[in-house]
Amino acid sequence: MIRKLAISLSAFAAMTGAPAVAQDIDVKLGVLNDRSGTYADLSGEGSAVATRMAVEDFGAAEKGMDVEVLSADHQNKPDVGSNIAREWYDVEGVDAIVDVPTSSVALAVADITADNNGVFLISGAGSTSLTREQCQPTTVHWTYDTAALANGTGGAVTNAGGEKWFFLTADYAFGHSLEENTMDVVRENGGEVVGSVRHPFPAQDFSSYLLQAQGSGADVIGLANAGSDTVNAIKQASEFGITQAGQSLAALLMFVTDVHSLGAETAQGLNLTEAFYWDQNDATREWTERYEAEMGSKPTMVHAGAYSSTLAYLAAVEALGSAEDGAAVVAQMREMDIDDPFFGKVEIRGDGRAVHDMYLFEVKSPDQSEGEWDLYNQVATISGEDAFLPMLEECDFSKQ
Amino acid sequence: MAMADNTTSRAAPGAGMPMLHKVIFAVLLVFLITLPFFVYPVFAMKVMCFALFAAAFNLLLGFGGLLSFGHAAYFGGASYIAAHASKVWGLTPELSILCGAAAAAFLGFIIGSLAIRRQGIYFAMVTLAFAQMVYFIALQADFTGGEDGIQSVPRGNLFGLVSLEDNMALYFFVLLVTFGGILALYRIVHSPFGEVLKAIRENEQRATSLGYDVNRYKLIVFTLSATMAGVAGATKSQVFQLATLTDVHWSMSGEVVLMTLLGGMGTVFGPLVGAGLIVTMQNYLATFGAWVTIIQGVIFVLGVLMFREGIVGVISRWLKRPL
Amino acid sequence: MFELLGIPPQVLLGQLLLGLINGSFYAVLSLGLAVIFGLLNIINFAHGALYMAAAFVAWMFLNYLGIGYWPALILSPLIVGAFGMVLERTMLSRLYHLDHLYGLLLTFGLALVIQGLFRNYYGVSGLPYQIPEALGGGTNLGFMFLPNYRAWIVVASVLVCFGTWFLIEKTRLGAYLRAGTENPVLVGAFGVNVPLMITLTYGFGVALAGFAGVLAAPIYSVNPVMGEQLIITVFAVVVIGGMGSIMGAILTGYMLGIVEGLTRVFYPEGSNVVIFVIMAIVLMLKPEGLFGRPA
Repeated sequence: MIRKLAISLSAFAAMTGAPAVAQDIDVKLGVLNDRSGTYADLSGEGSAVATRMAVEDFGAAEKGMDVEVLSADHQNKPDVGSNIAREWYDVEGVDAIVDVPTSSVALAVADITADNNGVFLISGAGSTSLTREQCQPTTVHWTYDTAALANGTGGAVTNAGGEKWFFLTADYAFGHSLEENTMDVVRENGGEVVGSVRHPFPAQDFSSYLLQAQGSGADVIGLANAGSDTVNAIKQASEFGITQAGQSLAALLMFVTDVHSLGAETAQGLNLTEAFYWDQNDATREWTERYEAEMGSKPTMVHAGAYSSTLAYLAAVEALGSAEDGAAVVAQMREMDIDDPFFGKVEIRGDGRAVHDMYLFEVKSPDQSEGEWDLYNQVATISGEDAFLPMLEECDFSKQ
Repeated sequence: MAMADNTTSRAAPGAGMPMLHKVIFAVLLVFLITLPFFVYPVFAMKVMCFALFAAAFNLLLGFGGLLSFGHAAYFGGASYIAAHASKVWGLTPELSILCGAAAAAFLGFIIGSLAIRRQGIYFAMVTLAFAQMVYFIALQADFTGGEDGIQSVPRGNLFGLVSLEDNMALYFFVLLVTFGGILALYRIVHSPFGEVLKAIRENEQRATSLGYDVNRYKLIVFTLSATMAGVAGATKSQVFQLATLTDVHWSMSGEVVLMTLLGGMGTVFGPLVGAGLIVTMQNYLATFGAWVTIIQGVIFVLGVLMFREGIVGVISRWLKRPL
Repeated sequence: MFELLGIPPQVLLGQLLLGLINGSFYAVLSLGLAVIFGLLNIINFAHGALYMAAAFVAWMFLNYLGIGYWPALILSPLIVGAFGMVLERTMLSRLYHLDHLYGLLLTFGLALVIQGLFRNYYGVSGLPYQIPEALGGGTNLGFMFLPNYRAWIVVASVLVCFGTWFLIEKTRLGAYLRAGTENPVLVGAFGVNVPLMITLTYGFGVALAGFAGVLAAPIYSVNPVMGEQLIITVFAVVVIGGMGSIMGAILTGYMLGIVEGLTRVFYPEGSNVVIFVIMAIVLMLKPEGLFGRPA
């Protein structure tokens, strides 16, 4: 099923794109992410597996494309990440870098990619500045961003009656940007921000901040943090009886792996926004099965994004007949009509933002859940135009 | 203090460089000139920056007998200032490095003048405390960019003339700076000032009774060490075009101790060897994830238990020559 | 209703209590460090790693052997303590004749190894450990909802801390210990096995860290890096209290927990650094620490 879709996608691309006959095109992809830290479960080796699956499903070998996939650990440090990226471009001859969670690292890699005229297929990072303040003609921001999360979760929770918000924000760039985006959405929807507190990143003990949130009289405590910070904050909120006392939590960035580690018991009722859920339709289930056979766990939206962005990238390379000129490949990707097996119709805008639907989910209660990974009910679909911020004029590279 | 070993040069001050050292420096220079033709130049530059950092740290620990647990503050602090100077003020690379070094000198002077009033473990703790504060500033201040650090620092033109965009051009500039820095440290150690330092290290009371103002010497060596660490950090920011929290984190302070210990504290060439080995290991074992930490830990343990003199220290004992 | 610096009193009370709870961890951990430093002159950098290891041992007991929280609270400190004794016998004991900075470096290396091993096998995303049945739920104190488990932490830490203080300062065994470090030859001449005593002391100090680790397991996720950030904070606590001072370590632990808790209200971003500021000030003004005897 997926294979067919992938092939039809590339066939379509070949028709619309340059009439090149793909032969002996060498492509080297580098999957750069956190393989040992906080984000290892939601990206890590899984993204490398997903990327290799995309290469296989695309049928690269049959099309005369020689695609190699490298992977490395950036340890969530911008200096480590930029070293690897630079060495990949300078020494290894990598054509595109995939994934890169942690916005600080992604921002560094985006610049290096532009300097080297490679392609940057972002799945794991969420900062909107990747397609705004620091936009680059070689960037494709595929899976999600903080604005989409804010629009999804922030909008839905405010409209459902959660009008007074208190933010618990990780004190670094990503947390600030998520907080800011969500505050805007809350206010636009008639809500009110009653306070916020910034905690050091990473933190273990959230009790003090939760108590401040409780004292604020807010309806909703917005968690503008990620990974283990979010998980710990949710656990401790339930320990201190905060949710039982009537305040609700909104986890602004949460992945299915985080929900899984919390368990349905603790996480039930949480609203969250994702671009992909493994149990959405036949295509996602079929792919998840193959993915799970290799990784032993379910894929996150980051993994799916690595897969889909690689498919689209390879189609563009095939159409051009070469992966050499990164900016040209991205320009080609913008031209294509992409109908992705997971993300549906995807439009890559002039600023590199991939626009597609996002989904609002609610975590199932333990009695609804039929297995440890049966975690979400889909509540709403947020169309791409509503989810993502409008393009900035100066970042529209399709006109330059 | 008993930290240092006794393999340091016994050559009389002012007697010039021993032949053996001249030969080693010459071989090293030739090696470094050919190196970028065989390995990735950016990697080689990283090694050189850390070699200078470790050598600067060794000046304080190996020759001054003072264990600082906060040297990341000067390394990282200078790297932030230099990155800011290049990016925001638009200064040329050599001026940015000077700015970074000046900032590190200032920081070293302030922190040093407080820290030298304490000894041993208390000294280490004071340096750690101040380094944590520098880290905090790097995290919170506006100009440092928090978790992102200062990114996309332009490489600029040397003296406004020579472009350092090319890795090779930059390499030879970095070679000049770091090799110069290491030679300067060598001069300091083998000057009359260095001899007084060693006397203080061996026996502080005796040095005092001989009429030396011990605290003044300690403060000078602390400031010098911080300054050179700053040169290393500032140069690194120009190479990698960024300055980040990694450079000011306390684990960086631990890493430089490891490099010095592994190579041989109190030796001239030890820190260079130690830095080279550690950086190479981190680079080539990076794919093994947590194993890098484990191996580093094992080296620490074995180093303390069996080779307290470090690699160069052991070689120096075999050769019966100070290295 | 009156407010203090814009903070309503019930919030302030709650924060004081939370500070005390966090201070309980600092107290138990810094006590272990102080015991080890006071009697062995070793600055045990591996303390945080051993604290983490004990939390993992508790987790393994539960998941591999089905042994729950209460037995683990005794067993894991014992296991970690025994492991500590092996470390002391095989490695640390070779360093006593050297400057104590070598002990710091060695234990720093050990911390890296222990942490790296757990990280390698368990990743860093953290493993869940449930609060024991008997301590679930909580009590409404009017100004805040206090989970029973957190109350237990305070009680357990106070008991352990003052028990240890009593053991060392008020019993015959404690007197031997203190004498043994002052003058090992003399105490040895009285027929006391001094090396064994030192080994047991190290094991005991490490077991205290293990106890704190098991206490922490249910409220923080069991994570290989859980000791890393804590260790240098606890160092600062010991230094502020006065190195080697048992009572100093305990009281400073609780005190700094409260100071940190208050910082989280007034300037949350600074909560990680406030203890180091205090340490620097104390070292400048009263280098022997708040409770230490002048050297």
